[in-house]
Amino acid sequence: MTPISRGFRGRRDPEIDASRVPPGQYVTDDFPVLSAGPTPHTPLGEWSFTIRGAHDEPASWTWDELQQLPRESITVDIHCVTKWTKLDTTWTGVSVGTLLAGIETSGEYVVAWSDGGYTTNLPLEDVTDGKAWVAYAYDDEPLEPEHGGPARLLVPHLYFWKSAKWVRGLDLRQEDEPGFWEGYGYHNYGDPWQEQRYWGD
Amino acid sequence: MAGTAVLGRLSWQVATVVELVDETARTRSVVLDPPAWPGQRAGQHVDVRLTAEDGYQAQRSYSIASAPEDEHLVLTVERLDDGEVSPYLVGELHAGDELELRGPVGGYFVWEESLGGPLLLVAGGSGVVPLRAMLRHHRAVGSEVPVRMLYSARSLEDVIYRDELTRLAGSDVVDVHFTLTRARPDGWQGYARRVDRKLLEEVAWAPSARPLVYVCGPTSFVEAAAEALVELGHEPGMIRTERFGATGG
Repeated sequence: MTPISRGFRGRRDPEIDASRVPPGQYVTDDFPVLSAGPTPHTPLGEWSFTIRGAHDEPASWTWDELQQLPRESITVDIHCVTKWTKLDTTWTGVSVGTLLAGIETSGEYVVAWSDGGYTTNLPLEDVTDGKAWVAYAYDDEPLEPEHGGPARLLVPHLYFWKSAKWVRGLDLRQEDEPGFWEGYGYHNYGDPWQEQRYWGD
Repeated sequence: MAGTAVLGRLSWQVATVVELVDETARTRSVVLDPPAWPGQRAGQHVDVRLTAEDGYQAQRSYSIASAPEDEHLVLTVERLDDGEVSPYLVGELHAGDELELRGPVGGYFVWEESLGGPLLLVAGGSGVVPLRAMLRHHRAVGSEVPVRMLYSARSLEDVIYRDELTRLAGSDVVDVHFTLTRARPDGWQGYARRVDRKLLEEVAWAPSARPLVYVCGPTSFVEAAAEALVELGHEPGMIRTERFGATGG
């Protein structure tokens, strides 16, 4: 039985549309940062994005090649498991569907991997059909390193740890395999609307 | 990299507030007695949930300040003036009140004796809280792992756990260094500048000693300290960070 917190009223902003805020989240105007280690700095000349584990050879794009691909501008709400939600964030990047076009795979899962060793796992169907991007600009500016630049995955319908910062590639997998935070007790799927923060949620 | 902890579902439970301890003008420790606490590892945090009379709820995460070996679960909370939950915890909560929480959460920013060392703990402001849990764990198990802590605060009055940290530093294997960035008392003998590469070079273990490094504080502090440590030659994989956003509490 949830107790009433005597004297607690909360600070509710009537301007905010509560239907856009998942359970247990609060809206912030800032852009907080969560990372497990130091921020990597990979020079763009050495940067590439690679998709491995398909039937064919790995597919790889240099930074310049990625810039040549069709870009999309996306405005979405993002939800961090540490409880903040940020509304109407604007990103520019390449749809993961664009990158996967022409790649044949029997895999049903992907593991996104990043500079610094970070990984996160997702069902393949959660990164296709316009649900995920490799984003390299935020608010029309190059993405700051502390927010995952030069490029991060953007999967706004899941908690934001799934939107891997400093992303360098996707591995296509037959089997689901927990990524970094998923191995430390965070939920395997991470739907904010189901409040899937931790194992068993 | 997968964690070893096997966790069941983290259920909400109602803890009783045993005691409240003012640590500084802005921080207070909340001493709790959760009924079904599974134990924690030093460095982990909990989620706290407040419920208003009309059913409105707010959740936040707070680092655990107590060691796994301590009798009670202790959270040390800094009041953020524009916060929603922290002003309540620091200003409104009374001993005997009930507080809903679940945890422990997080398995990476932890230290336990078996991980060894040497250990370098770098704290900015209230980022000292999970590092204090590590120091208490270190003492509770009688660890011989050598520890150096560098703790940056605005002034001596803002240093949380000052007496305890000074006492812990009396151990042969624990060194604690304070640096005060805004105001110093007369005759202050400690450091008086922001944590940067030069200060870390003076205080930290050499990279060749392969220390385990834990950095916790506001984002800008953690970014600067972690970057300086990497420049000094510490392996990025040996540096674990926990960042606090500008808002939140």
